[in-house]
Amino acid sequence: MSFFVVVSLIMGAIFAPLLAPYDPFDPATLNLMNGFTGPLTPNQFTQDVFVLGTDDQGRDVLSTILFGMRISLFVGFSAVFLAMILGVILGLLAGYIGGWLDAVIMRVADVQLTFPSILVAMLIFGIAKGVTPAEFRDQVAIWVLILAIGLSDWVQFARVVRGATLVERQKEYVQAAQLIGRANLAVMLKHILPNVLNPVLVIATISLALAIIAEATLSFLGVGAPPTKPSLGTLIRIGQEYMFSGEWWILFFPAITLLALALSINLLGDWLRDALNPRLR
Amino acid sequence: MSVIVRAKALRRLFDVSKPWLNRVVEREPKAFLTAVADVDFEIEEGSVYALVGESGSGKSTIGKMVVGLTSATDGTIEIDGIAITGNDQKAKISEARQKLQMIFQDPYASLNPRWKVRDIIAEPAKLRGLEIKGLPERLLQQVGLSPEDADKYPHEFSGGQRQRICIARALSSEPKVIVCDEPTSALDVSVQSQVLNLMSDLQEQLGLTYLFISHDLTVVEHMADKIGVLYLGALVEEAPKETLFASPLHPYTRMLFDAAPRLDGFGREIDVPKGEIPDPINPPPGCSFHPRCPLATSLCKTVRPQMRLIGDTRVSCHHV
Repeated sequence: MSFFVVVSLIMGAIFAPLLAPYDPFDPATLNLMNGFTGPLTPNQFTQDVFVLGTDDQGRDVLSTILFGMRISLFVGFSAVFLAMILGVILGLLAGYIGGWLDAVIMRVADVQLTFPSILVAMLIFGIAKGVTPAEFRDQVAIWVLILAIGLSDWVQFARVVRGATLVERQKEYVQAAQLIGRANLAVMLKHILPNVLNPVLVIATISLALAIIAEATLSFLGVGAPPTKPSLGTLIRIGQEYMFSGEWWILFFPAITLLALALSINLLGDWLRDALNPRLR
Repeated sequence: MSVIVRAKALRRLFDVSKPWLNRVVEREPKAFLTAVADVDFEIEEGSVYALVGESGSGKSTIGKMVVGLTSATDGTIEIDGIAITGNDQKAKISEARQKLQMIFQDPYASLNPRWKVRDIIAEPAKLRGLEIKGLPERLLQQVGLSPEDADKYPHEFSGGQRQRICIARALSSEPKVIVCDEPTSALDVSVQSQVLNLMSDLQEQLGLTYLFISHDLTVVEHMADKIGVLYLGALVEEAPKETLFASPLHPYTRMLFDAAPRLDGFGREIDVPKGEIPDPINPPPGCSFHPRCPLATSLCKTVRPQMRLIGDTRVSCHHV
């Protein structure tokens, strides 16, 4: 079930240009007269009907959601990928090499865990905003967002990989590879890495939901995706301005989409964890 | 017959100190565990040398030092006349180490579960730059499995079959010396003898040298040409198999033989070994066996006995 929801949402995001009835980013197709049209009710001036209504600019909410999900999922996947690469490499090094390298990596991780990850992300975002010239800010905003979420998320990957590496390193197949003179890098990548990947996949799925929510939170706070390229979080931020004036659909539909996306990815992660756990099979 | 493995004054300490801060606060010195203390032995090419001893006697540590998995604190190991414990001549050392292989105790942990048997067996040969086409299949046949097994994963095999795969992997780099670290103690008794016979056959066919580590006297009797008895990291007696089993000289060796279960021993009063192996961090002074020894005198409590040659037995005891 969750699998079905995730797949259909991702498909919707991928094929947004084909599925969306309007292009919300093309000002030429927008008619300001269509602003604040309710769901499935004809507009009072133009008689146009929008399935999920329109926002203040007259943009079709369904289309903005489909395109917003693209941004959200892209940021989520990229950020988790970055966090995963970083965490797996650092975790492998910490677990396999050990010694002072292990101490340094894991203390950095511990320190970072004492901050809420959203704070770390905002810090990185703030620094990046300070160093990029104003005219590029909107273009690089997405990449900064990925970097910020990715860098604030690597810790749990590193911890799990380090723990699993410590266990695998003691096993005799690793010693068998060492004694024939395999280089440390080869032992790490060819022998240990394949055996620590199961938990990484599970964390990656759960992190994906968290990263999408983190992205939405940052965008909601106004430090994430710019309004010209709205993600689900940006849409929710725009929508909450109209929450008490009766135009509930501008907030409600992006919010429910975000909820469905995050929840189904989480459930998928739980299922994956059980499926990959040989003791539960 | 030439000597292929020579260990001289081999010593290995492990640092078991408490963390730095605890030592400062509690004013304790650094603590070291002596796992291997001044062990000398020589293994002749094409023979099987067995190390026996209780848990914690340092037999596995010696095996690991021979293949280079653990460094020696002191002393030297020579393979074919090349010292592999020093730091000079790295190329020469790695060439000498290519003559070594190891078979591990736990066949469930010694095969990478994510690798196909073909890749597991081919890896050591590949690293040496040997021809690997058809090699896994040939080796699988040699150890009594079928060539089709090359495409399976380790979890599809039983413990005995896995140990056969381990043997095939050890053979793939064409070693001269194989260190066998309790290769059958994790297996069922019915499978043990099959694996042991296979190892004996391969040793004869390929002219291999085994350093065979075990706590099982029956297994050692079956396999070994020469036996070294370890106690608390030190060699207490070393003799050819026939001599050792016919006339054990050291009181510890006799105690081991008395404790071993025997088929003809029904109704026999078993002398249960007295006491435990002492704390290797604070070994007893003099002969380390004196707290458990029936022959101990005041001499044993103060003076550490030296190795003496009696017949073809080397033994370290004041009373033989």
